[in-house]
Amino acid sequence: MQRLIDRAKELLGSGEVARVLGWRKGENSWDVEPAFFASAEELDGFVYDGFCGANLSKYMIEASKLEGKTLVFLKPCDTYSFNQLIKEHRVDRDKAYIVGVGCKGKLKIENIPAKGILSVEGAGYPDAAEMLTVKTLYGDVQVAYKDAMLERCHVCKGKDHMIFDEQIGESADTLDGDRFAQVAAIEAMSPEEKFAFFQAELSKCIRCNACRNVCPACSCRKCVFDSNKFDSAQKANTTSFEEKMFHIIRAFHVAGRCTDCGECSRVCPQGIPLHLFNRKFIKDINELYGEFQAGADIDARGPLTDFRQDDCEPSIVGKRG
Amino acid sequence: MSVKNEEFRPVIVAFCCNWCSYAGADLAGSSRLAYPADVKIIRVPCSCRVNPMFILRAFEKGADGVILCGCHPGDCHYSTGNYYARRRMTMLFSMLDFIGVENGRTRVEWVSAAEGVKFSETMNSFVDKIRSLGPNVRLGDLRCKD
Ligand code: SF4
Ligand code: SF4
Ligand code: SF4
Ligand code: FES
Repeated sequence: MQRLIDRAKELLGSGEVARVLGWRKGENSWDVEPAFFASAEELDGFVYDGFCGANLSKYMIEASKLEGKTLVFLKPCDTYSFNQLIKEHRVDRDKAYIVGVGCKGKLKIENIPAKGILSVEGAGYPDAAEMLTVKTLYGDVQVAYKDAMLERCHVCKGKDHMIFDEQIGESADTLDGDRFAQVAAIEAMSPEEKFAFFQAELSKCIRCNACRNVCPACSCRKCVFDSNKFDSAQKANTTSFEEKMFHIIRAFHVAGRCTDCGECSRVCPQGIPLHLFNRKFIKDINELYGEFQAGADIDARGPLTDFRQDDCEPSIVGKRG
Repeated sequence: MSVKNEEFRPVIVAFCCNWCSYAGADLAGSSRLAYPADVKIIRVPCSCRVNPMFILRAFEKGADGVILCGCHPGDCHYSTGNYYARRRMTMLFSMLDFIGVENGRTRVEWVSAAEGVKFSETMNSFVDKIRSLGPNVRLGDLRCKD
């Protein structure tokens, strides 16, 4: 972590960058938030540890409009989002100085099954411990780092940075799951079971819009969900239709552009597994139109803005069974 | 609440491309080919005009089945609209299937202006399918129902 701060100070000092986009300590060690740092003094609040799950690429949209370069720290998975934003002309590559940072898996405080948490030890970077020591009001608890990891880290796309100016810090392999296993399990259910499953999940949604706001792919200047012609804009879902519509439409809008960065699922206060929607689309795209990873290749054509004359017909959905 | 004991009459929304299927429907009409009055046709300038919201809205407002008809691939008036529509609808239908809306409730069919017979057959078979599936209760806004 100190290496990141030192490098940031160096680049700020030399005037190469005008500001630093990174993570700042919150009230508790796990409440880390994205932040801009304009001076060496401000960087005292900088932090990079296991709780820095936040993907900073979306903040580069605004930073691209500012004078001068912004130093931005991107984890391997975040670089896919940044690439996708370049492709969509939302960020300016020349306004960014990208430091690709290593990653040993990111944590989610909700994944630590303890009450009255005071602090979490062992979540540091680069020396992440295999076992976290969680200090609570009721004594210490040991939790495996792996068990407290975000869902997305178990299905990590790999620890290579897709785009960077320099790289700092080593990574650790965290992949131990099958990205499409849960989607496949749901596909195998009967319509009644599928419906019951999603009804139970989606009825928890409070329409806080956090999933949209955090999503790098959801950066339209005017979003349908903010339009005053849209009858469920800015309000909680009231019917079973509205619950599903929001999620289907949002997933559809990001289909082919979603890098599966996992931010939507990370921020949902209701713990809704939003990645299931995105991965369903990704799985379908891979199966029907060929393997595609958004953000891996800036020049690749997005699958939903492309076609082949011999594409399958929509009736394939019923035939696949 | 009204008691419904009569036979189930589904509401079918058919989005028809102006340049082909809508004319196909016309031809079916002028050739006196029958198709059920349950089918409500909405004319669109091209199959690719239909975005996922149209389909979902139709279900919300009480449709039991939604079908999209466009020009045959290769014959789109705007050259490629239906190719894009084909991918979009495949994705959308797959998602609807994924959340438990029976796949039979959605369909895409390519019908040219000369295919009055195909139009009437398509609608008859689609209506039969929806009758067998029964009313759509999963995506409807119940407030729209009587
Ligand atoms: S973050 Fe969760 S609760 Fe908020 S709108 Fe998205 S799905 Fe709903
Ligand atoms: S939909 Fe979720 S996983 Fe996909 S890009 Fe947006 S935040 Fe990331
Ligand atoms: S939900 Fe759709 S319209 Fe809204 S920001 Fe995301 S992609 Fe854009
Ligand atoms: S004009 Fe008929 S589908 Fe495009």
